[in-house]
Amino acid sequence: MNLRITLAVAHRVLIQLRRDKRTMAMLLVLPCVLISLLWWIYEDANPMLFDSIGPALLAIFPVIVMFLVTSVTTLRERSSGTLERLLAMPMGKLDFLVGYAIAFGLVAAVQSVLAVGVSVGLLGLDVVGPLWLLTVVAVVDAILGSALGLFVSAFAQTEFQAVQFMPAIIIPQLLLCGLLVPRDAMPPFLEAISDVLPLSYAVDAMQHLTTSTSTGQVWQDVAVVAAFAVGGLALGAATLRRRTD
Amino acid sequence: MMNNAVEIRDLHVVRGRHTVLEHLDLAIGGGVTGLLGPSGCGKSTLMRCLVGVQRIADGSVEVFGKPAGSAPLRDRVGYVTQAVSVYDDLTVAENLRFFARVLGAGRDHVDRAVASVDLEEYADDVVGRLSGGQRSRASLAVALLGEPELLVLDEPTVGLDPVLREELWTLFHQLADSGVAVFVSSHVMDEAERCDRLLLMREGRIIADGSPDDIKQRAGVDDVEAAFLAIVRQDRGDAS
Repeated sequence: MNLRITLAVAHRVLIQLRRDKRTMAMLLVLPCVLISLLWWIYEDANPMLFDSIGPALLAIFPVIVMFLVTSVTTLRERSSGTLERLLAMPMGKLDFLVGYAIAFGLVAAVQSVLAVGVSVGLLGLDVVGPLWLLTVVAVVDAILGSALGLFVSAFAQTEFQAVQFMPAIIIPQLLLCGLLVPRDAMPPFLEAISDVLPLSYAVDAMQHLTTSTSTGQVWQDVAVVAAFAVGGLALGAATLRRRTD
Repeated sequence: MMNNAVEIRDLHVVRGRHTVLEHLDLAIGGGVTGLLGPSGCGKSTLMRCLVGVQRIADGSVEVFGKPAGSAPLRDRVGYVTQAVSVYDDLTVAENLRFFARVLGAGRDHVDRAVASVDLEEYADDVVGRLSGGQRSRASLAVALLGEPELLVLDEPTVGLDPVLREELWTLFHQLADSGVAVFVSSHVMDEAERCDRLLLMREGRIIADGSPDDIKQRAGVDDVEAAFLAIVRQDRGDAS
């Protein structure tokens, strides 16, 4: 790995994002709008529910958004020939992957600061644990989303197909992560499946943070999510082939 | 005379059910070497082999005595793919600065590369908004960064106006005079005349190899296009 090259990739990705004003708005404003909508729908019915679902959403946004952004951008790199050109240069696969992870991790940090700010400051979400840790969890979640997106981009030939992987990979995790039904109240078979899905741990971490001051469990969950992210990046690296047919 | 920049031995490439390159032996030295042949004859595949991004079935490709695509070669070989491989959402200068950082080349390289392809006026324009010819020049400029010793250019002059093509061929010869081995493909026969050495390719094989004059003389005609036809006819006759 080469720091100069890794940072060059991260810098370039950030320039591309900055130029794409619409995507930037979607990345930063949309989570705030959605979390406000969530707060609003529960306002009359059951304000308590916002406190239990809100944190889960703060974990889910970065995963979904980064999954989509990464799968489409890496697919573009593959199909435009820029990836082939980079791999013919002194660019290591890790430089490429870590460069992307740094750029999207930074965007996720900003996204999470905004979403947490709105949730806690305006909407009155109760967070018992330290707020900064919320952002750490969100960044790790974002890197998880990027890693998954990168991996699936190897199996898509078009951007259209890449986007279809979102319902295939993310929605089952969304249903099983404890957002709709607590995980221990699910049928044992489904609970067992949810135990091996990364989003379950991402949501767990957020829920612990909002309900408890002890951070031990949070770090454990973060470690699991990070392990999945590293595993995803490794699989993604395996799909970046210098030599192709 | 320098050693050969490229040594290809018994190179065999299969893609899907098709044999693209058939037990090819070839050495490429200094000067401007042109690879000419119809679309689909294996030109791009051969070029991809030189930069080490093509999976090969058999044989070996060495560049400056090292396996093609190996780490020590990656900043010594400049490569332009047939597709415009630059980022559409960055400006010309941003693209070049990025690739220059990857290659570890200085800022002065960026300015020189922009000037070489005559894009100074458009340096701060987003590539996606440029014309086709301007975009392919931006892509070509990337290959000129970092003073490569071998340039592999896959149809770099497609869609360019005659004046600019003339300028680029002059640039290729300037680079060749300064010691760079330039390997350039084209399917436009009139570009053949400008090469120091010409390789005619058809269906994965090199069917003629020599200076443009040699090739014309051997075929007994006075333009490369006619020579190509004559050689193909003769080649078919030999095969049957």
